Amino acid sequence: MKIKLTFWRVVFVVIMALGLYSSYIRYFHGLGAATNMTDQFPWGLWIGFDCLCGVMLAAGGFCMVGAVYLFNVERLHPVVRPAVLTAFLGYVLFIVGLLFDLGRPWFIWHQLIYMNIHSVMFEVGMCVMTYTTVLFFEFLPNVFEAIHWRAPIRWINKIYPVLIVLGILLSTLHQSSLGSLYLIMPSKLHPFWYSPALPFFFFGSSVAVGIAMTIFESTQSSKAFGRNLELSVLVTLGGALLVALWVNLLLRVEDYYHRGLLAQIFKPSFEAYFLWLELALTYVIPITMLNFKKVRLSPQLLYLVSVSTVLGFITNRLNIALIGFTTYVGHQYVPKWTEFSITLMIVAMGFFLFGLAARYLPIFGEEAEHAEQPRLHPEAEAGRAFGAPA
Amino acid sequence: MSKALLYDATMCIGCKQCESACAQQNNLPYDDTVAAESEQSAHKYTVVVSKDEKFMRRLCMHCEEPACASACPVGALHKTEAGPVVYDVWKCIGCRYCMVACAFNQPKYEWRSLNPRVRKCIMCPDRIAANRQTACAEICPTGATKFGERDDLIYEAKDRLRQNPSNYYPYIYGLNEVGGTSVFILSGEKAENYGYPALEKIGETPIPEYTGRVMERIPDFVPIWALVLGGIYWISHRRDEVAAAEAEEKKLNGSAK
Repeated sequence: MKIKLTFWRVVFVVIMALGLYSSYIRYFHGLGAATNMTDQFPWGLWIGFDCLCGVMLAAGGFCMVGAVYLFNVERLHPVVRPAVLTAFLGYVLFIVGLLFDLGRPWFIWHQLIYMNIHSVMFEVGMCVMTYTTVLFFEFLPNVFEAIHWRAPIRWINKIYPVLIVLGILLSTLHQSSLGSLYLIMPSKLHPFWYSPALPFFFFGSSVAVGIAMTIFESTQSSKAFGRNLELSVLVTLGGALLVALWVNLLLRVEDYYHRGLLAQIFKPSFEAYFLWLELALTYVIPITMLNFKKVRLSPQLLYLVSVSTVLGFITNRLNIALIGFTTYVGHQYVPKWTEFSITLMIVAMGFFLFGLAARYLPIFGEEAEHAEQPRLHPEAEAGRAFGAPA
Repeated sequence: MSKALLYDATMCIGCKQCESACAQQNNLPYDDTVAAESEQSAHKYTVVVSKDEKFMRRLCMHCEEPACASACPVGALHKTEAGPVVYDVWKCIGCRYCMVACAFNQPKYEWRSLNPRVRKCIMCPDRIAANRQTACAEICPTGATKFGERDDLIYEAKDRLRQNPSNYYPYIYGLNEVGGTSVFILSGEKAENYGYPALEKIGETPIPEYTGRVMERIPDFVPIWALVLGGIYWISHRRDEVAAAEAEEKKLNGSAK
């Protein structure tokens, strides 16, 4: 097999090479050499992006599974598999990111034996482990289908209702618990972002991002793999996104009103600039755009809306994790190049693995979908989770 | 029966013997360079800072309800009955949640190490177990750092404020902060002027309560939410099943005729 040299492949190789070199620095010279984290700034880009954003961007999985299997939104069926794949990769890469960030990653399993049930971090850890396992089983049928091994798919189908309920339950806990993590720092995190409602914000925004990411990744992969994407799918998602954004915005405004910050957020300050950027990208741009019917019916414009939403919520997470501590600490934390490099490497791995899976596994199962038979049995019903070819 | 420390800045002469005794007790390097460092770090658990010939000591406050201990996912930090908040390094996974959780920024990290540990004052638990004072209190030539029963020290601090009101800013720092600590500060001016977080900033609520309020809901939330989700699933799919069964029945009836 001859591998063609394309622009993106070269970029990928460069990112991976730099990432590996940075990994060497991280593991052979320590966190101090590889990062700009200090005793004043003990959490940096890896927590802010790899962990907070990584989990958030994986939310499409539980959102689409919930829409299709709990609420029977049949139209969204074609996007379940890519969404579950994204979620699975997101969680796996989140764990990879964690292995870089933890000071003693080789003791990560201590979570299972020295449990402190009062710790939010413990909840986060348990949710990661269990939900990644659930996602693994939700993803596994893709592999068995690809190698035409039917027996295990039937076993997984039997437990599929449990997987669905468990997956959504764990996602609810996990998404919100990442917000709860920050509840413990009332005196440190800037009031623009510290709120007793953080767990609700984190969960609410994960639903919005889940929808936006599904629009993003299905548009993106339909372009890359030349698949037809039904407009009705995107229109449904666009409508749902508008509702989700409104709910999130109302929660935020109500919170600022409740805590008497409504006037303060409009006064220019270092934090306010970042808040404005966040609010513009997450709410102002997408909500304004989605109010036009033309936008709601156009795949290209919906794609732009989803990009703006995703970037907006990424800004939100980075504001909470990094910008929100600037005033308290008294100086600005800027990640070292090695931190960026490792984060980039993890993101690149995500794109690469998604591409591999899309190429070799029945992720975009249109052909499989057509071969499906009408379902008369709950077991077979669940089998539709994977667009099982008859 | 819990022990505590009382630091009285008005009695401190800034000799830094507590620093060196602490370093010796914890097998940390101590020389002129370390002595000159005015910030706490992984190799300097306590520091005496000076401002206009006045002194102030910083060290772990050993909170009555420590944020670090509640934050630690593996319970590597815990408050002992004797008072100290201690650290079991073999449990630690290095998530550094204790560092962000602490309102006093006491846990420090060995950033240069390949197997890094969290470092902070642990109030000499071995000495306390052996009925001895902490190293810093034992060596202090003026009694500025005093070791004793927590209740006795609170009584004594109040007494000093009563006896010499002109010497002191009338407040015992550590009595109310984050629900009370096991280290109390008396000084001629506000402790905030030396980098301690103000009461208005950190509040009287024990820090673990902020997350505890959410965590305590989880045991109720999980079964309820699981039931709701399961219920929705059941209803959604029951509808399909009924429809399918009806179709089947129709077909059977049709063929029977």
